[in-house]
Amino acid sequence: MAEPLALAPGPEVLPETAAVHWRPRVDDARLRRVGTLWTLTTAAHVVPFLGAAALLMWLNPLALPVALACVAHAWVIPELYAQRGANVLRPRPRAAAEPERRAAGLLGDLVGHDARELHARTGLVLEQGRLGVWLVGEAGALLLRHERPRRAYCYCVRVDTRADGASKLPSGDRIAHLLLALRADEQGFATVANLSFSGARWRVRRRVAAQMRPAIHAAVTRLDRRSTTLP
Amino acid sequence: MSKLIRMDHTGHSTLAEWTSDDPAAVEAAVDAFRAELDRGYLAMVSTGPGHAEQVRELPLDAPLVILRLPISGG
Repeated sequence: MAEPLALAPGPEVLPETAAVHWRPRVDDARLRRVGTLWTLTTAAHVVPFLGAAALLMWLNPLALPVALACVAHAWVIPELYAQRGANVLRPRPRAAAEPERRAAGLLGDLVGHDARELHARTGLVLEQGRLGVWLVGEAGALLLRHERPRRAYCYCVRVDTRADGASKLPSGDRIAHLLLALRADEQGFATVANLSFSGARWRVRRRVAAQMRPAIHAAVTRLDRRSTTLP
Repeated sequence: MSKLIRMDHTGHSTLAEWTSDDPAAVEAAVDAFRAELDRGYLAMVSTGPGHAEQVRELPLDAPLVILRLPISGG
């Protein structure tokens, strides 16, 4: 099968961006800034707890239980953020069998053989973009970027639930909605979506359902393959 | 044969099928297309691997036109 092309820049801006007109349009520089900000925020949560633990132990070793509680906080807080990120890929309740089958058929027509097979195994669609490699789920997407492949960006985005019938869509249709929007305007898609988490890929991987992990592996493989073909 | 489909709770519904040499079918397709746009649907056509485009007029030569609902941040 031919290698899927990177998402081409569309002449159209996603109309949904009008609803979030105050947000700067996402681009490479903005993603870098946002990633750095998430790292600093995480450090601001973790370092004081670790510092307090060290200080307590220095003052009085009998404070070990409290120090351990501080270390646990330092560990748990990033994990909670990562859980929030992993939740964007969580499958939603299924529709009836026939709509699911029809929706999966349409989605299969939109993607290549490899992506179709990956979706059948993991419930996620892999899409090569200009910003990076996307894994599109039913209510969100995960972005891995070429320049910092160990960082994951988790976006919460879904079919507008205020729209008529949106809540009853089969899973394949939910993904197809997001995929078409992503293909039409990748930067607009990332602008409309809410960033739930940006941080260590391994933290997200640990927290997604086991059957979805091969999709993350496939995305990393795609990044590696692309990195080696870039000039 | 071109198709206009809407993604909905059934998986998808075919709203119109036409060929450019059938004016009645084209007219019916255009009417169906406009009615769905008025309901808030957005029309998309695939323009190659990894690329889709939003259209505001029914592209008569496109093999498949897909109507989708707007997206929003979750």
